Amino acid sequence: MTVLDKPATPRTPADPAAPRARRTTAWLLTAAVAAGLLVLVPVAAGTGAYPIPVGDVLGSLLHRTGLGGTELDRVAESVLWNVRFPRIVLALLVGASLGCAGALMQGVFGNPLAEPGVIGVSSGAAVGAVGAIAFGLNFLGTWTVSVFAFASGLVTVLVVYAMSRSGGRTEVVTLILTGIAVNAFAGALIGLFLFFADTAAVNQITFWQLGSLAQATWPKVLAVLPCAALGLGLAPLYARRLDLLALGERPARHLGVDVERLRIVLVLVIALLTAAAVSVAGVIGFVGLVVPHLLRMAAGPGHRFLVPGSALLGALVLLAADLAARTVAEPAELPLGVLTALLGSPFFFWLLRRTRRRQGGWA
Amino acid sequence: MTGLKLTRFMPSSRPVPPPPAAPGDVLAEAEGVRVHLGGRPVLDGVDVRVRAGELLALVGPNGAGKSTLLGALAADVPAAGGVVRVHGRPVSHWSAPELALRRAVLPQAASLSFPFAVEEVVRMGRAPWAGGDREGEDDAAVAEAMARTEVTGFAGRPFSALSGGERARVALARVLAQRAPLLLLDEPTAALDLRHQELVLRLCRERARAGDAVVVVLHDLALGAAYADRVAILRSGGIATDGPPAEVFAEGLLSEVYDQPVEVFPHPRTGALLVLPRRAP
Repeated sequence: MTVLDKPATPRTPADPAAPRARRTTAWLLTAAVAAGLLVLVPVAAGTGAYPIPVGDVLGSLLHRTGLGGTELDRVAESVLWNVRFPRIVLALLVGASLGCAGALMQGVFGNPLAEPGVIGVSSGAAVGAVGAIAFGLNFLGTWTVSVFAFASGLVTVLVVYAMSRSGGRTEVVTLILTGIAVNAFAGALIGLFLFFADTAAVNQITFWQLGSLAQATWPKVLAVLPCAALGLGLAPLYARRLDLLALGERPARHLGVDVERLRIVLVLVIALLTAAAVSVAGVIGFVGLVVPHLLRMAAGPGHRFLVPGSALLGALVLLAADLAARTVAEPAELPLGVLTALLGSPFFFWLLRRTRRRQGGWA
Repeated sequence: MTGLKLTRFMPSSRPVPPPPAAPGDVLAEAEGVRVHLGGRPVLDGVDVRVRAGELLALVGPNGAGKSTLLGALAADVPAAGGVVRVHGRPVSHWSAPELALRRAVLPQAASLSFPFAVEEVVRMGRAPWAGGDREGEDDAAVAEAMARTEVTGFAGRPFSALSGGERARVALARVLAQRAPLLLLDEPTAALDLRHQELVLRLCRERARAGDAVVVVLHDLALGAAYADRVAILRSGGIATDGPPAEVFAEGLLSEVYDQPVEVFPHPRTGALLVLPRRAP
């Protein structure tokens, strides 16, 4: 060890540009996304069938928090606080959960194509949620759907994880094929539940399945808040260990990571986040795929930025998508899940092509 | 030792780095180790000791169990029989963070799921020290390891854009940056050119001279003869012989172990031991 302590060798690397530049990019991105959120939240709150000027939105917000401002007339207050704000908060929570779940999942699987929607975890969580709605279960109050979504989501992640890994690695083909199988099975179960459900429940489920935030209320926000907050709070604690996992399971263990425990905790966190998103908003695909990818391309693959950054950008992206979904075809409303899939699947296709080119075919 | 299982689940308990080893201390040992892989015995009653200040080379034909023995010493491969000790304690009694302060392992093939930059990869080697007293050494250790393995020039490039030999050196730099007193290297020279093979083994010997214990799996017997303090020759899951290169590299034994006529002779100028396959003129 003393030999290595000789001061003769250079202290700073000759080409420190990339990692350092990436760190700067990471800070700039965080600032930009945060600024985007600060701008978009009041704009989204003011936009809609009943327009409210942004100044009034801010005034009402200040008034409610007791920092001055003025109260609006009764209709505007009601629209803002009973319709728009719950929806915005829900969009932020769902977006953050999906973005973060995507980043974690790609890290755990060591595969950039892993995403809750693609590998079937969202559908798995949906099975629980649909079951709860179809059979009118409500013994846990507003949390019933979330709890069922979490339980079935968790089972699905475990199944996918166990089936798609061999020899400590997850091949792309195995992962995607497992996703197809899981999605098919989940679809069959959902169909079965629909068959047994009454007409009202069928309508509710069909609309919910398309992925939408139109039914947002404060109780719904409360229903997802525990899952989302717990997941989002725990995820960044494992960022450094996820970096090490990129080396492979054994090297990560050599560097002191308790890999088995890390896997179990992260699978639980992924299930929590996915359940939070799915239980209120249905299956909203590709946010967890596109968001971490964009960040990785811009600021490198380090999870200490990627995990919280994906949550932040996911929130922004979903808020923007929801704003578009409810304003593009006014007065009708596009289902949010349809919109994200329309934009996300070409991206997925491009990613798939690129990965295949790099690996020189799938076989 | 009873508290060990409990502390594993408490993230607050920080692993304690080992005290400096004195030359000759046994840092790792295998005692009657048996390992079965896929129902086949791969190691059958292997005894080996790794001492501080010593470079030990494991050589032998393909399938003799070199990598498995290294894996058993690294606590990757569980022993079906016998015992493996690291720093005097059976490997199963150490937690992963404790082991990471005591031994560093270079795997045979280096892979990476995401395109981290070279410097970031090397810095991963410092993970075991995070939050400890010696965290301040991080920058120096990383710069040092990169300079020694000659990867400083492409510190900013993504790992995935490197050639096989460059990747191997980056992986070695990560292992060196870990600054563990026991180094277990599986074929560190396999992907390297002549110059870097010499560089890597010189590095290993320097680490040994500085008081660390170094184990390398080698295919090149001449490299082993030139650099190792001790050589263990493995044959079908057992150790055929173990000692200084000058003693164990005998033509008869090597020819028999490798099933290939081998000649061992002194270099005409330096007198150093040379090992070559016997070829028809």
